[in-house]
Amino acid sequence: MNGERGNHFIDRRTVLLTAASAASVLAMLPHVATAQEAQILEAAIKKAVGDTKPVDGRISLTLPEIAENGNTVPFELAVQSPMSDADYVKAVHIFAPGNPQADVASFLFSPASGKAAVASRMRLARTQDVVALAEMSDGKVFMTKRTVKVTIGGCGG
Amino acid sequence: MTVKPRIKVPDTVKVGDVIEVKTLVSHVMETGQRKDKDGKTIPRNIINAFTATHEGKTVFEAKLQPGTSSNPFLSFYMKVAGPGDIEFTWVDDAGVKITDKVPLKMG
Repeated sequence: MNGERGNHFIDRRTVLLTAASAASVLAMLPHVATAQEAQILEAAIKKAVGDTKPVDGRISLTLPEIAENGNTVPFELAVQSPMSDADYVKAVHIFAPGNPQADVASFLFSPASGKAAVASRMRLARTQDVVALAEMSDGKVFMTKRTVKVTIGGCGG
Repeated sequence: MTVKPRIKVPDTVKVGDVIEVKTLVSHVMETGQRKDKDGKTIPRNIINAFTATHEGKTVFEAKLQPGTSSNPFLSFYMKVAGPGDIEFTWVDDAGVKITDKVPLKMG
Protein backbone atom coordinates (compact mmCIF):
# COMPACT_ATOMS: atom_id res chain seq x y z
CA MET A 1 0.00 0.00 0.00
CA ASN A 2 2.65 2.36 1.14
CA GLY A 3 4.86 1.55 -1.79
CA GLU A 4 2.02 2.10 -4.18
CA ARG A 5 1.25 5.50 -2.71
CA GLY A 6 4.94 6.33 -2.89
CA ASN A 7 5.01 5.42 -6.55
CA HIS A 8 2.03 7.59 -7.25
CA PHE A 9 3.78 10.44 -5.56
CA ILE A 10 6.93 9.94 -7.62
CA ASP A 11 4.89 9.65 -10.77
CA ARG A 12 3.15 12.90 -10.12
CA ARG A 13 6.39 14.61 -9.26
CA THR A 14 8.05 13.26 -12.39
CA VAL A 15 5.14 14.48 -14.45
CA LEU A 16 5.30 17.93 -12.87
CA LEU A 17 9.06 18.16 -13.31
CA THR A 18 8.81 17.09 -16.92
CA ALA A 19 6.11 19.66 -17.53
CA ALA A 20 8.16 22.35 -15.84
CA SER A 21 11.30 21.57 -17.79
CA ALA A 22 9.34 21.40 -21.03
CA ALA A 23 7.94 24.84 -20.29
CA SER A 24 11.37 26.25 -19.56
CA VAL A 25 12.76 24.73 -22.74
CA LEU A 26 9.91 26.37 -24.66
CA ALA A 27 10.66 29.68 -22.99
CA MET A 28 14.31 29.41 -24.00
CA LEU A 29 13.57 28.77 -27.66
CA PRO A 30 14.53 31.79 -29.76
CA HIS A 31 11.76 33.80 -31.29
CA VAL A 32 11.37 32.68 -34.88
CA ALA A 33 10.84 35.69 -37.11
CA THR A 34 7.93 35.27 -39.47
CA ALA A 35 8.56 35.29 -43.21
CA GLN A 36 6.82 38.65 -43.34
CA GLU A 37 9.13 40.12 -40.71
CA ALA A 38 12.16 38.78 -42.55
CA GLN A 39 10.95 40.42 -45.77
CA ILE A 40 10.27 43.75 -44.05
CA LEU A 41 13.71 43.62 -42.44
CA GLU A 42 15.41 42.88 -45.75
CA ALA A 43 13.69 45.86 -47.37
CA ALA A 44 14.59 48.15 -44.44
CA ILE A 45 18.25 47.10 -44.56
CA LYS A 46 18.37 47.65 -48.30
CA LYS A 47 16.85 51.13 -47.89
CA ALA A 48 19.37 52.05 -45.21
CA VAL A 49 22.62 50.65 -46.58
CA GLY A 50 21.92 49.56 -50.17
CA ASP A 51 23.36 46.27 -51.35
CA THR A 52 26.13 46.05 -48.73
CA LYS A 53 25.86 42.75 -46.93
CA PRO A 54 25.89 43.26 -43.15
CA VAL A 55 28.16 41.01 -41.08
CA ASP A 56 27.68 40.10 -37.43
CA GLY A 57 29.65 41.82 -34.72
CA ARG A 58 31.07 45.07 -33.31
CA ILE A 59 27.66 46.17 -31.91
CA SER A 60 26.45 45.67 -28.37
CA LEU A 61 22.70 46.14 -28.11
CA THR A 62 21.14 46.00 -24.66
CA LEU A 63 17.42 45.47 -24.37
CA PRO A 64 15.23 43.86 -21.72
CA GLU A 65 14.49 40.18 -22.41
CA ILE A 66 10.89 40.79 -21.46
CA ALA A 67 9.23 44.16 -21.97
CA GLU A 68 6.06 44.53 -19.94
CA ASN A 69 5.09 47.75 -21.65
CA GLY A 70 5.79 47.89 -25.38
CA ASN A 71 5.16 51.64 -25.43
CA THR A 72 8.49 52.41 -23.89
CA VAL A 73 11.26 49.83 -24.10
CA PRO A 74 14.66 51.19 -23.03
CA PHE A 75 17.67 50.26 -25.13
CA GLU A 76 21.39 50.96 -25.11
CA LEU A 77 23.65 50.56 -28.07
CA ALA A 78 27.40 50.84 -28.47
CA VAL A 79 29.65 50.13 -31.44
CA GLN A 80 33.34 49.27 -31.03
CA SER A 81 35.33 51.86 -32.93
CA PRO A 82 38.33 54.12 -32.32
CA MET A 83 36.17 57.05 -33.57
CA SER A 84 39.24 58.60 -35.22
CA ASP A 85 39.16 60.67 -38.42
CA ALA A 86 40.30 57.58 -40.34
CA ASP A 87 38.01 55.01 -38.72
CA TYR A 88 34.67 55.90 -37.20
CA VAL A 89 31.04 54.85 -37.11
CA LYS A 90 28.98 56.93 -39.53
CA ALA A 91 25.52 55.79 -38.60
CA VAL A 92 23.46 53.30 -36.67
CA HIS A 93 19.99 52.21 -37.74
CA ILE A 94 17.50 50.41 -35.53
CA PHE A 95 14.62 48.32 -36.84
CA ALA A 96 11.69 46.58 -35.21
CA PRO A 97 10.32 44.48 -38.11
CA GLY A 98 7.29 43.36 -36.11
CA ASN A 99 6.03 46.95 -35.75
CA PRO A 100 3.53 48.54 -38.18
CA GLN A 101 6.54 50.58 -39.36
CA ALA A 102 9.88 48.86 -38.98
CA ASP A 103 12.02 51.99 -38.62
CA VAL A 104 12.75 53.01 -35.04
CA ALA A 105 15.53 55.55 -35.44
CA SER A 106 18.84 56.33 -37.11
CA PHE A 107 21.73 57.95 -35.27
CA LEU A 108 24.52 59.79 -37.05
CA PHE A 109 27.98 60.03 -35.54
CA SER A 110 31.28 61.70 -36.41
CA PRO A 111 34.75 61.67 -34.83
CA ALA A 112 33.45 64.62 -32.73
CA SER A 113 31.08 62.15 -31.03
CA GLY A 114 34.06 60.53 -29.28
CA LYS A 115 32.11 57.33 -28.74
CA ALA A 116 29.50 55.62 -30.91
CA ALA A 117 26.97 54.92 -28.20
CA VAL A 118 23.38 55.92 -27.69
CA ALA A 119 20.51 55.16 -25.33
CA SER A 120 16.83 55.82 -25.93
CA ARG A 121 13.41 54.19 -25.71
CA MET A 122 11.48 52.41 -28.43
CA ARG A 123 7.98 51.19 -29.09
CA LEU A 124 7.44 47.49 -29.74
CA ALA A 125 4.08 46.28 -31.02
CA ARG A 126 4.75 42.62 -30.17
CA THR A 127 7.40 40.02 -29.42
CA GLN A 128 10.08 40.27 -32.10
CA ASP A 129 13.75 40.50 -33.02
CA VAL A 130 15.10 44.05 -32.77
CA VAL A 131 17.87 44.64 -35.29
CA ALA A 132 20.70 47.21 -35.23
CA LEU A 133 22.94 48.07 -38.18
CA ALA A 134 26.17 50.04 -37.91
CA GLU A 135 27.65 51.76 -40.95
CA MET A 136 31.40 52.32 -40.65
CA SER A 137 33.43 55.05 -42.37
CA ASP A 138 35.17 52.41 -44.52
CA GLY A 139 31.83 51.24 -45.89
CA LYS A 140 31.55 48.05 -43.83
CA VAL A 141 28.19 47.29 -42.25
CA PHE A 142 27.74 45.36 -39.03
CA MET A 143 24.53 43.90 -37.67
CA THR A 144 23.17 42.50 -34.44
CA LYS A 145 19.82 41.12 -33.24
CA ARG A 146 18.04 40.84 -29.91
CA THR A 147 14.78 39.10 -29.15
CA VAL A 148 12.40 40.99 -26.90
CA LYS A 149 9.25 39.40 -25.51
CA VAL A 150 6.50 41.99 -25.28
CA THR A 151 3.68 41.55 -22.77
CA ILE A 152 1.55 44.56 -23.77
CA GLY A 153 2.24 45.95 -27.22
CA GLY A 154 2.91 49.60 -27.95
CA CYS A 155 2.13 51.65 -31.07
CA GLY A 156 -1.65 51.87 -30.44
CA GLY A 157 -4.17 50.13 -32.66
CA MET B 1 3.04 75.41 -24.99
CA THR B 2 6.22 73.51 -25.25
CA VAL B 3 7.92 72.53 -22.04
CA LYS B 4 11.60 73.24 -21.59
CA PRO B 5 13.67 70.18 -22.47
CA ARG B 6 15.69 68.51 -19.74
CA ILE B 7 19.41 68.29 -20.46
CA LYS B 8 22.19 66.85 -18.35
CA VAL B 9 25.93 67.22 -18.90
CA PRO B 10 28.80 66.73 -16.42
CA ASP B 11 29.32 69.71 -14.05
CA THR B 12 32.84 70.34 -15.26
CA VAL B 13 34.71 69.00 -18.26
CA LYS B 14 38.24 68.98 -19.66
CA VAL B 15 39.37 69.28 -23.26
CA GLY B 16 39.59 65.80 -24.75
CA ASP B 17 37.05 64.26 -22.36
CA VAL B 18 34.36 62.06 -23.89
CA ILE B 19 31.23 63.09 -22.00
CA GLU B 20 27.71 61.70 -21.86
CA VAL B 21 24.89 64.09 -22.73
CA LYS B 22 21.34 63.17 -21.71
CA THR B 23 18.28 64.89 -23.14
CA LEU B 24 14.55 64.51 -22.64
CA VAL B 25 11.85 66.50 -24.37
CA SER B 26 8.07 66.34 -23.95
CA HIS B 27 6.33 65.32 -27.15
CA VAL B 28 3.34 63.09 -27.89
CA MET B 29 5.13 61.34 -30.82
CA GLU B 30 1.79 60.52 -32.47
CA THR B 31 2.51 57.57 -34.76
CA GLY B 32 -0.17 58.09 -37.38
CA GLN B 33 -1.39 54.54 -36.69
CA ARG B 34 -3.96 55.36 -34.04
CA LYS B 35 -7.60 56.24 -34.64
CA ASP B 36 -9.76 58.65 -32.63
CA LYS B 37 -13.16 57.65 -31.23
CA ASP B 38 -14.86 58.46 -34.56
CA GLY B 39 -12.57 56.04 -36.36
CA LYS B 40 -10.57 58.78 -38.07
CA THR B 41 -6.81 58.32 -38.20
CA ILE B 42 -4.97 60.73 -35.95
CA PRO B 43 -2.35 62.35 -38.21
CA ARG B 44 1.26 61.53 -37.56
CA ASN B 45 3.21 64.10 -35.58
CA ILE B 46 6.54 63.00 -34.25
CA ILE B 47 9.86 64.68 -33.60
CA ASN B 48 11.65 63.51 -36.71
CA ALA B 49 15.03 65.14 -36.24
CA PHE B 50 17.38 65.98 -33.41
CA THR B 51 20.79 67.61 -33.63
CA ALA B 52 23.43 68.57 -31.10
CA THR B 53 26.15 70.97 -32.14
CA HIS B 54 29.12 72.38 -30.28
CA GLU B 55 30.66 75.61 -31.60
CA GLY B 56 28.96 75.04 -34.94
CA LYS B 57 30.17 71.45 -35.30
CA THR B 58 27.61 68.64 -35.27
CA VAL B 59 28.48 66.11 -32.58
CA PHE B 60 25.40 63.91 -32.80
CA GLU B 61 22.31 63.65 -34.93
CA ALA B 62 19.21 61.48 -34.75
CA LYS B 63 16.52 60.77 -37.33
CA LEU B 64 13.57 59.52 -35.35
CA GLN B 65 10.76 57.34 -36.68
CA PRO B 66 7.36 56.37 -35.24
CA GLY B 67 9.08 53.50 -33.41
CA THR B 68 10.61 55.95 -30.95
CA SER B 69 8.65 56.33 -27.69
CA SER B 70 6.79 59.49 -26.70
CA ASN B 71 8.74 62.13 -24.77
CA PRO B 72 11.89 61.02 -26.55
CA PHE B 73 14.90 60.44 -24.31
CA LEU B 74 18.30 60.47 -25.97
CA SER B 75 21.65 59.84 -24.39
CA PHE B 76 24.78 60.19 -26.49
CA TYR B 77 28.46 61.12 -26.24
CA MET B 78 30.69 63.93 -27.44
CA LYS B 79 34.38 64.66 -27.34
CA VAL B 80 35.04 68.02 -25.67
CA ALA B 81 36.95 70.17 -28.16
CA GLY B 82 36.92 73.24 -25.93
CA PRO B 83 34.59 75.57 -24.03
CA GLY B 84 31.34 76.83 -25.51
CA ASP B 85 27.64 76.02 -25.64
CA ILE B 86 26.16 72.75 -26.80
CA GLU B 87 23.11 73.66 -28.88
CA PHE B 88 20.17 71.30 -29.21
CA THR B 89 17.39 71.32 -31.80
CA TRP B 90 14.31 69.13 -32.02
CA VAL B 91 12.00 69.42 -35.06
CA ASP B 92 8.56 67.78 -35.36
CA ASP B 93 6.35 66.92 -38.37
CA ALA B 94 4.32 70.13 -37.87
CA GLY B 95 7.53 72.11 -38.27
CA VAL B 96 7.66 73.13 -34.62
CA LYS B 97 11.24 73.66 -33.56
CA ILE B 98 12.38 73.33 -29.96
CA THR B 99 15.84 74.67 -29.19
CA ASP B 100 17.96 74.89 -26.09
CA LYS B 101 21.60 75.29 -25.17
CA VAL B 102 23.85 74.32 -22.29
CA PRO B 103 27.29 75.78 -21.59
CA LEU B 104 30.26 73.50 -20.89
CA LYS B 105 32.15 74.54 -17.76
CA MET B 106 35.85 73.81 -17.94
CA GLY B 107 37.29 72.43 -14.73
